[in-house]
Amino acid sequence: MKKQKNILVQFFSSIQLSLFTFFVLAIASIVGTIIEQNKDAAYYVDRFGPQIAKLFEILDISNMYNSWWFLSLLVLLSINLIVCTFDRLPKVWHMVVMDNLDTPVERLEKMGERQTFLVANAPDEAADIAGGILGRFGASKRRATEGGGMLLFSQKGAWTRLGVYVVHFSVLVIFVGAIIGSIYGHKGGVTIPEGASASQIYEFNTDRPIPLGFQVRCDRFELSYYDNGMPKEYRSDLTVLKDGKAVAKKSIVVNDPLQYGGFTFYQANYEALNELMVHVESEKSGAKETFLVAPREQAKWPEEKISFGIINIEGGGRGADYRYKVWFEDSAGEPFTFWLPSSQVGKIERPSGTYTISLKRRFVTGLQVAKDPGVWWVYVGCGAMLLGLLVAFFLSHRRVWVYISREGEATRVLLCGSANKNRLGFEKDFAALVDQFQQNDRLTPMKETL
Amino acid sequence: MNSSQLLGITTFTYLAASVLYIAILIFKARKMGIIATLVTIAGLLFQTAGITMRWVESYRMGFGHAPLSNMYESLVVFAWAIVVFYLFLEVKFKNRMLGAFAVPFAFLSMAYASFAKEITQQISPLVPALQSNWLIAHVCTCFIGYAAFAVACGMGILYLLKARHEERAVGKEGILDSLPDLKIIDDIIYKTIVFGFLWLSTGIITGAVWANSAWGTYWSWDPKETWSLITWFVYASALHARFVRGWAGKRIAWLAIIGFFSVIFTYYGVNFLLSGLHSYGSR
Ligand code: HEM
Repeated sequence: MKKQKNILVQFFSSIQLSLFTFFVLAIASIVGTIIEQNKDAAYYVDRFGPQIAKLFEILDISNMYNSWWFLSLLVLLSINLIVCTFDRLPKVWHMVVMDNLDTPVERLEKMGERQTFLVANAPDEAADIAGGILGRFGASKRRATEGGGMLLFSQKGAWTRLGVYVVHFSVLVIFVGAIIGSIYGHKGGVTIPEGASASQIYEFNTDRPIPLGFQVRCDRFELSYYDNGMPKEYRSDLTVLKDGKAVAKKSIVVNDPLQYGGFTFYQANYEALNELMVHVESEKSGAKETFLVAPREQAKWPEEKISFGIINIEGGGRGADYRYKVWFEDSAGEPFTFWLPSSQVGKIERPSGTYTISLKRRFVTGLQVAKDPGVWWVYVGCGAMLLGLLVAFFLSHRRVWVYISREGEATRVLLCGSANKNRLGFEKDFAALVDQFQQNDRLTPMKETL
Repeated sequence: MNSSQLLGITTFTYLAASVLYIAILIFKARKMGIIATLVTIAGLLFQTAGITMRWVESYRMGFGHAPLSNMYESLVVFAWAIVVFYLFLEVKFKNRMLGAFAVPFAFLSMAYASFAKEITQQISPLVPALQSNWLIAHVCTCFIGYAAFAVACGMGILYLLKARHEERAVGKEGILDSLPDLKIIDDIIYKTIVFGFLWLSTGIITGAVWANSAWGTYWSWDPKETWSLITWFVYASALHARFVRGWAGKRIAWLAIIGFFSVIFTYYGVNFLLSGLHSYGSR
């Protein structure tokens, strides 16, 4: 007798509801890809007119995937999944752990795959032999039945019935990860000029500053191109400082971020400043110094009594190097000028001493910064989903029974079985099993019936 | 011989194979089936050589990378995966008549890649965003899935044609008689969708992991991601409808066709019709 189910349970566990939710989620997602997201109010008024823009505002269309109604759909999907699981799992669990030696003989006689043999062996002996053969299929159990018969059972992959539930559960785990990320995580960005450091980042959309609890310094930003002018690499050399001490160092490129203190720093973009970093070393005194110099401005190094400037810049198209015209003066002689390509070291020999000088355009590196403590939940959920899908799709629960009874002078052996999936695969398994019974030289056949 | 010549030959070989498969179906020339198969295999060999050459050529140009980096290369890989998947089906189900509904997809993909104006065939180096080992994992998994869905769509069309034919012409001999039973086609559609779903799921997941390692967000609802999720929902619906509601036959055939439209839009429509982060693939 089926119990009448609570109508709410019935509704929330129904597959119709899931199909409906999938459908609405799909349609809504399509809308979100057609109407551009996260534009300001004026954009929508402009594109769609004030009335529709108003409707969009009510429905939060501009930020649809985070809107109350879209999230409600995801909640509905989760409730659907949870209720469905609670509704079904007990029965499935029962199938996994049930004692199949309870199966009534009448059911066995009607099983899809079955074969009977009549043998001359005594029932006990036949049961031993059958047990041995079944043992190769999977661990076997036996029990005497009323009426002097004997029932043997063996199975494979009972646990695979849980595969679907692993998939369903993994969806919930992914959602939990996403929720953790949105509550405790941060997504933001920061721009750091070369040589400078930052101790906070700015959250996307709100621009709210978030303190890092440490400092990140950009020591150098390097930009390189392929021969055809396409960008090849953006690289920032970053140093993490805690209480003024360097605690971590890494050169990051796109696809290879720096992780520190729960935050991850990604190379996102850059900007060139109208400013040069000029590194000068004096061979005589061994002093070295880096100066920030704007073009056509004079820089002074009083200790060494020199001054210099950049009076002209050439080149600098995509991929091509810049060339700088440097003006240099010291106390000893006439000022003079020379051309110096970027990334080359110039050597200046003067009566007062020898200097080396190198120039580099100053950049600001643009970093994207994320803190997402939920990401591991998401990854575990994804992994579980793939494993669950493999199990659900490719493995099945296969059961075989042997029922041994007396039939006149002979012993009747009924071999039967079923699988919950992949019937074709099971048919082959079963045929092999039948073969093993027929080939077994300890079983003495009387005559075969089908 | 360079890669573009090899891939050009491939296109014409797949054209020949498609024509052969269709001719065999129309003229019920079952015995000739082997020729169509051999031509397809030849095409696959040319194509494999072409893809390999292209890979080697990129190294010769000094910036070697797997040929999976733009629309052209992905279309080629798509066609390749369709043919591999189809040949597998042909062997498994021992029926050459299915080819008429699968190999033409491979030809169309190659032809579009070769002749469309908006697609360049140039081998170019990888921009920083694509320089990741996840590129190969992500693109390969997605395209194995897409190829399976293409074949499922072909089988869906086949199913609908044959079902209609059986309803109309009871007892009469017809072109479609040499095709497998509706039951078997239905089974092929289901299994192919299952296979594709697994790879699509893996593709979405590898994409998410990549996005997270490149810019710290595993999911940003950009149109490409969103469309892949829509596609995923379509096939998830098909699986549930079948598994729980017992849907089969025409309804699943239709879902296989609708699903493939969603795949095409994800793969192609998004690049040309919508704007988003996935600069990858747009010419
Ligand atoms: C995003 C979400 C979901 C995914 C990825 C998913 C995935 C799957 C898969 C792969 C199967 C196995 C199908 C097959 O073997 O062909 C399955 C079965 C099933 N799903 Fe889902 N599912 C989802 C959501 C749901 C929801 C919301 C329900 C709620 C009712 C549901 C109910 C079922 C049921 C009842 C089965 C059959 C299980 C059984 O044999 O006991 N699924 N699902």
